[in-house]
Amino acid sequence: MGSRFNPYDNNGGTCVAIAGVDYCVVAADTRMSTGYSILTRDYSKICQLADKSVLASSGFQADVKALQKNLSAKHLIYQHQHNKQMSCPAMAQLLSNTLYYKRFFPYYAFNVLGGLDSEGKGCVFTYDAVGSYERVGYSTQGTGSTLIIPVLDNQLKSPSPLLLPAKDAVTPLSEGEAVDLVKDVFASATERDIYTGDQVEIVIINASGIKREYVQLRRD
Amino acid sequence: MAHDEDVAGSERTLYPYVTGTSVIGIKYKDGILMAADTGGSYGSTLRYKSVERMKVIGKHSLLGASGEISDFQEILRYLDELILYDNMWDDGNSLGPKEIHNYLNRVMYNRRNKFNPLWNSLVLGGVKNGNKYLGVVTMLGAHYEDNHVATGFGNHLAVPILRSEWKEGMSFEEAVKLLEKCLLVLLYRDRSSINKFQIAKITEEGATIYPAYSLKTFWGFSAFQNPGQFAEGTW
Repeated sequence: MGSRFNPYDNNGGTCVAIAGVDYCVVAADTRMSTGYSILTRDYSKICQLADKSVLASSGFQADVKALQKNLSAKHLIYQHQHNKQMSCPAMAQLLSNTLYYKRFFPYYAFNVLGGLDSEGKGCVFTYDAVGSYERVGYSTQGTGSTLIIPVLDNQLKSPSPLLLPAKDAVTPLSEGEAVDLVKDVFASATERDIYTGDQVEIVIINASGIKREYVQLRRD
Repeated sequence: MAHDEDVAGSERTLYPYVTGTSVIGIKYKDGILMAADTGGSYGSTLRYKSVERMKVIGKHSLLGASGEISDFQEILRYLDELILYDNMWDDGNSLGPKEIHNYLNRVMYNRRNKFNPLWNSLVLGGVKNGNKYLGVVTMLGAHYEDNHVATGFGNHLAVPILRSEWKEGMSFEEAVKLLEKCLLVLLYRDRSSINKFQIAKITEEGATIYPAYSLKTFWGFSAFQNPGQFAEGTW
């Protein structure tokens, strides 16, 4: 037997987040697959880590779950030590460090973290599996990301990160327009990506709190 | 220890030896029903013919396993110890299906992290305080819950039947009929399945694992009798 045990699997899924001036939309589909089989049509990839930070992750489900548990435990300790909720940019740094800590046996997890920063502005952080991250105005990760990113680029044209003085990377859309765009990109990705479908779970974070919404997608 | 070190002489499952095939689990009116055959294959040889692949765990749970039989038996030893230590508190509390499922998730994921997996797909069903629970854990530690689940070949052949015919609040008789329909399809198309099945149920009142029995088969379809008839070039 020349083959070695492979500790990874890809359970698929697509995540999207869009930041606006006073809101953030985080979305992911609810399909969980392995190879050509669908394991379940109703698995949430979205995890609320703090009052104003929401994490959407795709990749290997067992690693994603371990990562979420790890971050939740760290956040519980943070609350005991500081008597407050962690800010989204702080959670972003924590997530990066947590991923890099396993640099040589990585979590196979592709994350987008969305929420509101300490000024109440929408923020999105996008990651690779080993923790490199960046604050952006919008992002997508997972199996359908290659189909979605050009649409978001086209519709949301963020200001170049090379501009001086730096411009805010928030999108000009209203909350309702952003949610409609999310529904459209998921419906489109579902047409061509076999790992995306069933339902899209949309989480909207703004000053008044968190709202959840579900939209049906193609189930084939 | 580097993982690419020569593992000859060390003890870890690099591939399975004696394996069980699919397990199916569904929710029904009073709880959970599970079904599996009693075969234990040694590669493609049918080595054991009456292996119980479903066991009662504690007061509220039922565990079914496909994959390496010896690893399943080791898992049962872990669970026996877990339940024993839980009983020793003598506080009237007992672990429910959710807790057992969570424990199994951690055990399976922990073993895959050590590159020493337990080579199984596990189905865990149970009822506690009126809540029905049905979940799966894979050898890598991936896990999920659903109203109906199946492992291995069952995911390909039984799940499509369950998706179209399963409904909320089925009676025991309806649910058994649905399971038998799935088992029969598996018997015809999964070469490692055998015609000796067990059904297990768990409700608020407790668990029952029924004695093994056979299903009536029909091999009289013309395609079965002369499979090469319309396939030119075969024999």
